[in-house]
Amino acid sequence: MSKNKGLIRKIHDALVAKKVSCLELTSWYLREIEKSDLNAFITVTKEQALESAKKVDEKINKGEKIGLLEGVPMSLKDNFSTKGILTTCGSKMLENYVPIYNATVYEILKNQGCVLLGKNNQDQFAMGSSNETSYFGPVKNPHDKTKVPGGSSGGACASVASGLAAFAIGHDTGGSIRQPAAFCGIVGLKPTYGAISRYGIIPLASSLEQAGPLTLTVEDNSIVYDCLAAHDPKDETSSKIERKKTFNSLDDSIEGLKIGIPTNCFEGSDKEVYDAVEKAAKFYEKFGAKITYFAFPEFDLSMPVYCVLGRAETASNMACFDGIRYGYKYKGEYSDVNDLMAKTRSKALGDEVKRRIILGSYVLNTGYHDALYKKSLGVKKLITDKVAEKFEEFDILITPTSPTTAFGFNYAGDDPVKMQLADICVVNANIAEIPALSIPCGYDSNNLPIGMQIMSKCWSEDLLFRVAYKYEKENFFAKIIGGVQFEI
Amino acid sequence: MKYNLVCGFETHIELSTKEKLFCPCKVKFGSEPNSNCCPICIGAPGTLPALNREAVIYAIKMGLALNCKINLFSKMERKCYFYPDLAKAYQISQNDLPLCGPGFVELDSGKKIRIHHIHIEEDAGKIKNESDGIYVDYNRSGVPLIEIVSEPDISSIEEAQEYIEKLQLTARYVRVSDARMQEGSIRCDVNISVKPENSDKLGTRIEIKNMNSISFIAKALKYEYERQVDVLESGGQLIQETRRFNEQKNCTEGMREKEDASDYGYFPEPNLPSICLEQEKVDEIKKNLPEMYYSRKKRYISLGVPEKTASLLVKYVNVSDFFDSAIKNCKSPERVANLIIGQIFSFLGSETEKEEFKISVSPQDLNYLVNLIADNKLNMASAKNLLSSALEGKGNLKDLIDKFISESPKFDLKAICSDCTEACPEAVQDYLNGKEKALQAIIGKVMAKTRGSANAAEAKNIIISIINEKKDVEKN
Repeated sequence: MSKNKGLIRKIHDALVAKKVSCLELTSWYLREIEKSDLNAFITVTKEQALESAKKVDEKINKGEKIGLLEGVPMSLKDNFSTKGILTTCGSKMLENYVPIYNATVYEILKNQGCVLLGKNNQDQFAMGSSNETSYFGPVKNPHDKTKVPGGSSGGACASVASGLAAFAIGHDTGGSIRQPAAFCGIVGLKPTYGAISRYGIIPLASSLEQAGPLTLTVEDNSIVYDCLAAHDPKDETSSKIERKKTFNSLDDSIEGLKIGIPTNCFEGSDKEVYDAVEKAAKFYEKFGAKITYFAFPEFDLSMPVYCVLGRAETASNMACFDGIRYGYKYKGEYSDVNDLMAKTRSKALGDEVKRRIILGSYVLNTGYHDALYKKSLGVKKLITDKVAEKFEEFDILITPTSPTTAFGFNYAGDDPVKMQLADICVVNANIAEIPALSIPCGYDSNNLPIGMQIMSKCWSEDLLFRVAYKYEKENFFAKIIGGVQFEI
Repeated sequence: MKYNLVCGFETHIELSTKEKLFCPCKVKFGSEPNSNCCPICIGAPGTLPALNREAVIYAIKMGLALNCKINLFSKMERKCYFYPDLAKAYQISQNDLPLCGPGFVELDSGKKIRIHHIHIEEDAGKIKNESDGIYVDYNRSGVPLIEIVSEPDISSIEEAQEYIEKLQLTARYVRVSDARMQEGSIRCDVNISVKPENSDKLGTRIEIKNMNSISFIAKALKYEYERQVDVLESGGQLIQETRRFNEQKNCTEGMREKEDASDYGYFPEPNLPSICLEQEKVDEIKKNLPEMYYSRKKRYISLGVPEKTASLLVKYVNVSDFFDSAIKNCKSPERVANLIIGQIFSFLGSETEKEEFKISVSPQDLNYLVNLIADNKLNMASAKNLLSSALEGKGNLKDLIDKFISESPKFDLKAICSDCTEACPEAVQDYLNGKEKALQAIIGKVMAKTRGSANAAEAKNIIISIINEKKDVEKN
C-alpha cells in the first residue's frame, strides 16, 4: 500500500484505466464477504450491488467521466434507513423491517454512484462498545478473532479492516465510530455535530450523534467526509454553515501546531497505549509543534452527563417500537393494546436496550428531572464552553482513542459500567460537539492496533485531516487483513 | 350552601396551514385512511421533524388576536406517552417556554377571561373501531394544533359558551382555522370544580376530555356542577379525575384517575432548534391582522345597522367581509345588511353554508341593487325577486337587474297617477281631511294598472303633489 494514495483513488484510477471492471471488483468483494467468518454483515445486497456495478461499467465503456466515489464498493452500518433494503439496527425488534425511504447519507452516496455491498452488523440499536449486544451475534476482530471489534459500529470497522468494503459509514453517539476504528486499526471520524445529515439514521441519542466515514487511510476519510458534509433541509440540526473542503488542503503546512494533552484522559490507559499515543504526539515536534500537558477535569464529567442525557433521549427514541406500525409484533395472547405493546417490547428488546430505557425514563421522571436531566444539560454547556476556551490555547488535543486495545468477548461480564468506560476518552467530543478523528498509531505486544484520537474545535475537520495526514505519511499502520487486497 | 362554578378550558384548534407541522404532507380532511401520510408523520424510525414556519406565524396571529404576549424565544419539547395513534410515542409540543404568554378574551359583559398561554403542537392519528378489528388512521398525525389554555375564570355555562364562540370567531377572523366543532377542528378539554360562594379555595378539579359541541359542553357543565354539589352536600369527597361526557345518557362518566402532568417526561426536542423571533416580525404580523369582529360590529352600528343585525353579520367572517365590500359607496348599508341576514340567509339555511357564504352574487352587484332601491329606480318586491333569481343561479344579478329595467313596460307614471287620483274623489277627500292611509286605495290602483312595476313610494309622492296642486288651483 502506497503511503500517498488512498484506497478510493486507487480504485478510481484502476476503474478509469480499465484495469478492472466495476463488476469484477464488486464480485471480488461479494465473494470475500461470503467467505468471511467475521459476521460483519447482517444483509448483503448482492443483486443491487451487481446492478449498480454494471451501470458504472457502462458509463466507463461509453467513455463518460465518473466521479471519485463512483463504482467504489462500500457498506453501511445497519441503522441507516435504506429503502427496500432490510434495516435491522442489530435488533430482533427490526429483524424484518424494510424502510420505505432512504437516509440522506445513503441518498448522497447512491447519487455519487457508490456500490452498496450490504448492511453492517452493529450493537443492538447502537447500544454497546463491543458489538456483543447485536441480535445477530458478535463480530470478530480481523486482527484477532478471539477479540471484539469494538462498537457499536463493529461490523463496519471490521469490514474495512478486512477488505470486505473499500469504506464504510458508521455512526457515533459516544464513540461508536472511533473506538471500533481504533480496535480494528483503521481511520474513523466523528464530525462536528450538525456537519452530516442525521435524516434516516435510526437514532440513539439525537443531540449527540453524527454519521462519519470509516476508511483505511486519512485521505479516503477526507474524500468521503467532503462528499457527505452538507446542509440537509430535512434535518434541522444540520448546520447551514459552509463546510470547508478538506481534501485539497490535506498536505498543507501544520507548522507551529499547538498540541494540548489532557493528562486525565491518559489515566487508566494501558501502558502500551499510553506510550504509543505519547510517542505519536511527539512526532509533531519536528514540525515545530509545541506540546503542553494539562489537567482538564471537565472531561471527567462527560461520561456521567452522557449517561443522563443519552439515556433520556434513548428512552423516548425507543418508544416508537411498540409493535403497532412496524417491526416485531407479539404473536401470542394479549388483553389490550397496552398489553400488546408491553409484551412486544419485552420480547423484542435486548437487555442493554431495556437497561437504558429504564434509566432514561428514570432521569426524566418528575422527582429526578431537575436534579439529573436539567443539571446534566447545564454541565454539558459548561463542558462545551470550557472546551471552546481550550481551543483558544491549542489547535488540537491528543488522547488515546481507547484506554485499551481490543478486548476479548464477555470482557465486561455483567458490569455495564465497565463496558461503558471503554468510551471514556471518546465521549468528550460528543458532549462538546467537536470533531474527533481516530487514526492507528501502532500495535501492542499482542499485535492489536492502537488508536490515537485527535480533537479540534468545531468546523475544523480540515485541520484534523491535515494533522493526521502528516502523521500517516510517515507512520502508516493500517493494513487490510484478508479480503480484497488492492495492490494495483 | 350556594356553590359557584369554576371552569377553565384547554382548547385545541387545528391550524389550516397548507402543510403539516413537521412534514410536507397536505393538511386536508376526508382522504382515504393512511393515504395522506409520509414516513415522517407515521414516525418511521430515523425520520426527523422540520418545523413548518407558516404554523408558527398562524399561532402568533392567534396569540396577538387574543391579546397575548409573544415570546421571542420558545422551545419545542417531547411529551412522552404510549398510545397507538401517537406515531413516535411522543408528541412534539411545548411546555416550559410556549410561543404565546398571557392574554385574554373579553366577553360582551366586559369580563375578561385570562389566557394562561398558547402553545404549538402536533395532532395525533385516529383510532377506528371496525367490525373486523381496531385500526389506526395517521392522516391527521402531524396536523398543526394550537392549544389555548385559559385560567379558571369562567363562572357560568353562558360564559363558557361565549368564551368558546369568541375563540372560534377569533380563529376565523385571523384566518388560521375554520374552527368547526363538528369536524373536530376545535376541541375542548374542560376543567371544572365548584366552591362555596364565599370561599377563595378552589375545589377538586375534574377534567372532561374531548368535548366537540357547544351544546354538549353546556350539558356536561350543568350535569357536572350538579353532581359535584350533590357529592359535597351529602358529605362526600371528590377525587381529581378525568371524565367523559356520555352523549346518549347526557351525563359524565369517570375515565381514569388524572396522572400528574409531569409524568409525561417532558424534555426539549433535540431534533429542533429553539424558535427565535424578531420583534419586528411580530410587529409586522400585528400590523397586518384583519379587523376583529368586535370593532367591525361597532363600525356597523355607527353606519346605522341595528345592533342585533350587526351581531349576526359579524358572526360569520365571510359574511362580514362580503358586507364590507358591498357597502363601499352604498346609499343604504342597513338595507344591504337586511337583505343579507334576511333573504340571503334564508336561501342558505345551514350554519356551515352561512360560514362558507359561497353565493352566486357579488358584493358589487348587491350594492348596485340597493342603490337602485334607494334611488327609487327599483321597488323592493322586484329587487327581492331579482336577488332570488340571482341566488338560484339564474344569472348574474347586475345583468338580471339591467334586463329587468330595460324590459319594464314604459308608462307615464304621472298620467296614470293623475287618472287614478281623479277616479277616487272620496279617497282624495279623506286624505285632505287628514287620513293619510286613504292614499293606499289610489296607490293600489296605480300598482294594478302598472302590474306592480311602479315604485309605490314614488307613486305616493306624485299622488300627493297632484292633490296639493289641485287644492291650490281650487283655492285660487
